[in-house]
Amino acid sequence: MSAREKVIFEYSHPGRGASDQWPHDPGPAALADLPAGLRRARLPELPEVGELEAVRHFTRLSQLNFSIDTHFYPLGSCTMKYNPKACNQYAMLPGFLGRHPLAPESHGQGFLACMYELQEMLKAVTGMEGVALSPMAGAHGEFAGVAMIRAYHRARGDLKRNEIIVPEAAHGTNPATATMCGCVVREIAVNAQGDVDLDELKQAVGPNTAGIMLTNPSTLGVFERRIQQVARIVHEAGGLLYYDGANLNAILGKVRPGDMGFDVIHMNLHKTFSTPHGGGGPGAGAVGVATRLLPFLPLPVVGKEGERYRWLAEADLPQSIGRLSAFMGNAGVLLRAYIYMRLLGREGMRQVGEYATLNANYLLKRLMAAGFDAAYPERRASHEFIVTLKRQARELNVTAMDFAKRLLDHGFHAPTTYFPLLVPECLLIEPTETESKDTLDAFVAAMSQIQKEAEQEPGRVTSAPHTMPVRRLDDVRAARQLDLTWKPTAQP
Amino acid sequence: MAFIPHTADDVARMLAAIGVSRLEDLFDEIPRELRIKALAGVPAELNEMEIGRLMSERAAADGTALSFLGAGAYEHHIPAAVWAITTRGEFYSAYTPYQAEASQGTLQMIYEFQTMIARLTGMEVSNASMYDGASAMVEAALMAVRANRKSRAARILVPTTVHPHYRRAAVATAANQGLRFEELPYCTEEGVTPAASLARFDAEDVTALVIQQPNFFGRLEDVDALTDWAHAHNVLVVAVVNPTSLALLKPPGQWGTRGADIAVGEGQPLGVPLSSGGPYFGFMTTRMEFVRQMPGRIVGRTLDVAGHEGFTLTLQAREQHIRRAKATSNICTNQGLLMTAATIYLSLMGPQGLARTAATCHARTRELVTALTRLPGVRPAFTGPCFHEAVLLLDRPAAPLLKALAARGIFGGLDLGGYYPELGPALLVCATETKTQADVERYRATLQETLQAARAA
Repeated sequence: MSAREKVIFEYSHPGRGASDQWPHDPGPAALADLPAGLRRARLPELPEVGELEAVRHFTRLSQLNFSIDTHFYPLGSCTMKYNPKACNQYAMLPGFLGRHPLAPESHGQGFLACMYELQEMLKAVTGMEGVALSPMAGAHGEFAGVAMIRAYHRARGDLKRNEIIVPEAAHGTNPATATMCGCVVREIAVNAQGDVDLDELKQAVGPNTAGIMLTNPSTLGVFERRIQQVARIVHEAGGLLYYDGANLNAILGKVRPGDMGFDVIHMNLHKTFSTPHGGGGPGAGAVGVATRLLPFLPLPVVGKEGERYRWLAEADLPQSIGRLSAFMGNAGVLLRAYIYMRLLGREGMRQVGEYATLNANYLLKRLMAAGFDAAYPERRASHEFIVTLKRQARELNVTAMDFAKRLLDHGFHAPTTYFPLLVPECLLIEPTETESKDTLDAFVAAMSQIQKEAEQEPGRVTSAPHTMPVRRLDDVRAARQLDLTWKPTAQP
Repeated sequence: MAFIPHTADDVARMLAAIGVSRLEDLFDEIPRELRIKALAGVPAELNEMEIGRLMSERAAADGTALSFLGAGAYEHHIPAAVWAITTRGEFYSAYTPYQAEASQGTLQMIYEFQTMIARLTGMEVSNASMYDGASAMVEAALMAVRANRKSRAARILVPTTVHPHYRRAAVATAANQGLRFEELPYCTEEGVTPAASLARFDAEDVTALVIQQPNFFGRLEDVDALTDWAHAHNVLVVAVVNPTSLALLKPPGQWGTRGADIAVGEGQPLGVPLSSGGPYFGFMTTRMEFVRQMPGRIVGRTLDVAGHEGFTLTLQAREQHIRRAKATSNICTNQGLLMTAATIYLSLMGPQGLARTAATCHARTRELVTALTRLPGVRPAFTGPCFHEAVLLLDRPAAPLLKALAARGIFGGLDLGGYYPELGPALLVCATETKTQADVERYRATLQETLQAARAA
C-alpha cells in the first residue's frame, strides 16, 4: 500500500485556489443589505489549494483504503458483495441527479416509477404486504419498525406493551433501537446449537411484550430452525415479530420472512441489494410490513393511481409514524438497489441465496479441514459462519485480532472480529456469492500460513500488520488525548 | 445475471468438498414448508444494455426544468473532480473503517472533514456526519437532553421558522423518548422569532432552544439575542445552519456572548446533487465539553506502535456496538460517501470560492425578488434582509400558477399553503449561483404571462 499522506491543510497557501470552480465575484455591493452584526468577521479557514493538488491528495488518500474493488472483504454480517458499476452509472444520470425533492410529481414519473416498482419487488422477495423506502440505514429502518410496533399496540389501546425481547446474539443496534423507541429490552439466551431457547422465550413473553427482534439466519450464521414455534409463542402472547434483515442475503429467493411469520422487517439495501457501503454510508433501510401494520408505515410512500405515480403523505396515511427524514430518504441509493434488482431478475435473486450459501459452506469446510474450529460444526452454515480461535489464543497466545491483522498483510480484509459477543475469539466470515472459488482457496491458504506462523514465529502475527500504511494504532491514546481536528501546531 | 463467477466444474467440486450433491441440500435445515419454488412478482432479468436504456428513458422523462426551488435542498455547481474521486472504488466500495490500518484513506478523510466543518461552524469538534439535516437536528435535541444537566424537563423550544419537515421528523423520532417539542410563533411582519417572546419561559425549565439561520423563510434571526437569552436561563442552543451561508454569516460558535452549544445542518449544498432528496448528509459540531454526549462516528489522530501518526475511530464507548441499550444512539453509520464529496468540494472552493458562491446566491435571490415583486399581485411577505431565499405573497392561489409554470419548464418555488396557511397564497423562492440574470428574467416574464392569463380567465 501507499505511504502516508499529509493532511490537506499542510498543502494550503494563502491566495491559492481552484478558481475555475468559483462563480464570478459579485463585488461587495451584493452584500450591502446584510447587517454587519450578522456577518462573519473573517473567512473560514478552509484549505487553499489548486485543483490538481486536491485531486492528487484525495486520490492518494483513496489508495490507503481496502475496498471491494481491490480486496476480498469477508466481513461477516456486512455482505460485502460486488457493487456493479452499472448501478452507479445509471443512478447518476443527469435527469435523476438534478431532480429537486420538492419538484412536482408531473416531472418525476420516471423516478417514481422506479421507486414504486422497487417497493413491489421488495414485497415479493420478502413476502410482506407493504414497503416504505425512506429509512436511511439499517438502524434507521429498525427504528421505524419498532416505532410501528409501538404505534400498533397504542392504536389498539394496549398501552402497557413496552418490552422488546432480543436474543443475546443480536446486533447491538437491536437493543439500542428498542431504547430509542422508549422500550425496555429483555435479553434471552441462545442454546448450544445456536437456536433461541424456547423455554426462556415462553418465560419472557407476557402482557408487556411489544415484540421480539430476530435475525434469521441469526448472527451465529445458522438458520433458526424453530422459527414457526417462536412466531406462535410471541403471537399468542400478543406480541409482534421483527425481522432484522441484516442476513437476508442468505435466504434471498429461498425463504421469505413473511412466510416465517414476521410482521415487520427492515432490509439493508446496502447489503443484500448491493448498494455501496461508501466507507460507512449511505445505507438504505427500507421497511416491510404485514397487513396489520400497513397504516403505520413511515412517510413518504409511492402510490399508483391508473398510470400515474404519486407520493402518499399524511392525508393518505393518517396513522403513519411520520417522517424520519427531511425528504425521501436516500433516493439515489434506492435507485441503485432498483437497478441491481432488475439486473438480477427473479432467477438471479434465487442464485444469490444459493451461491452465497454455497461459498460459505465451502469455505467453512475447507477451513475445518485445515484445522480451524467452527463454533457450530454440526450445523449447516448460512451465508456466513463463525470460526473460534480460542484454542490458538490459549495455546499460542495469538488472538482473533492478531489473525485479523495478519490477514491484511496477505491482502485480505479481516473478517468481523469479536462479534457475536457470546463466542470467544471469533471470526465471523461471510464470503458472499460474488467471490470465486479461487479467492476462497487463496483465503484458506492465507489462514493456514498464519496458523503455521503463529506456531513457529508468533511475534510476527501478534505485531501485524507489517505492510499497511500504519502499524497498530494506540486507541487508548486516541481516546485520552483527543485530537479530532487539525491545528497548525498539533502533534498527536 | 447475479455477478456469480462460478463454473459448473467449480460448483461440482465445492459441493463435493461440502459433502452434498445438490445446492438445494444446503438449505436442509430450513423447514421444507417454508421454502419457496420461484419468486413470483419479480420480473425476469435485464442485461446491462437493457437496464441502461430503461433508466435513460426514465431519467430523460423527468426532464430538466429551470428550478427556483430551495426549501432545504439547493442546486449548486459541483466541480467535476468531486464525484470523479468520490466514486473511485476505493472510497465507493469500502466498508466502515473498523480495521483502521486498512482504512487510513477514509479515516483521514473524516478527520479533514471534521476539521473543515468545525472551522466553518466556529465550533470545537465535529462528528463524521449524520443521515441528513433533519436527523441531525433530532439527534442534537436528544444530545442536548443528555448534556444539559441543569434541566430535567426534556423540553425543546422550536420556532415555527424552522423547516417544517425537520419539526415533523423531530416529533416522529424523539417523542417516544419523552422529549417535548414546543413551537414558538414568528413575527408576521418580519418573519423571524422575536427574542422578546421568550420572556414567558424565563421562570421555566427549558432544555434547549433550536435556532435556524437563515430560517425556513430565508430571513435572518437575531441569533445573538436569542442565544444570550438561552444561556441566561440555563437553556442550551442548537443552531441549524446552511453551510454555504457560513462563508458570510456569523458562525454558530460566535453567536451571542458564549456561542451556540451544538450546531447542525444539511450538508447537501456542499457538493451533493439534489437527487430527489438523498443521499445527503447532516453535520454536527459542538463544544469539546460535550463531545462524549455527541452521537455518531468520530475520528481521532493518534500514534501507531512505531510512533507514526495515524487515524482511528475513537470514543467508541458511546456507540451501540459497545454500549448496546445504553448507547447515545442506535446509529452505526455516517454518510461516508457524501461526507467525502463535501470534503473534496470544500477543498476546491476554499474560503474564497465558498464566499463567492454565497454572495452570488444572495445577489441572485435579491434580483429575483426585485424582479418578481414588480409584477402586480406579487409582494414580499416580510421586511428585512434574506439570505438565499425569500417568501412572496400572491393575490391568488399558488398551486395553479405553479402548475402552469411547470408546464412551461419552470419550477417556480414551493407553495407554502400546506405549511403556513396563515400567510395566504405564498411561495418560497430561491436562486443560487447556478441561475443567470437571463434565467431570472425568463421566470419574471413567464410569471407575468401566467398571472395575466389567470386574471383573464
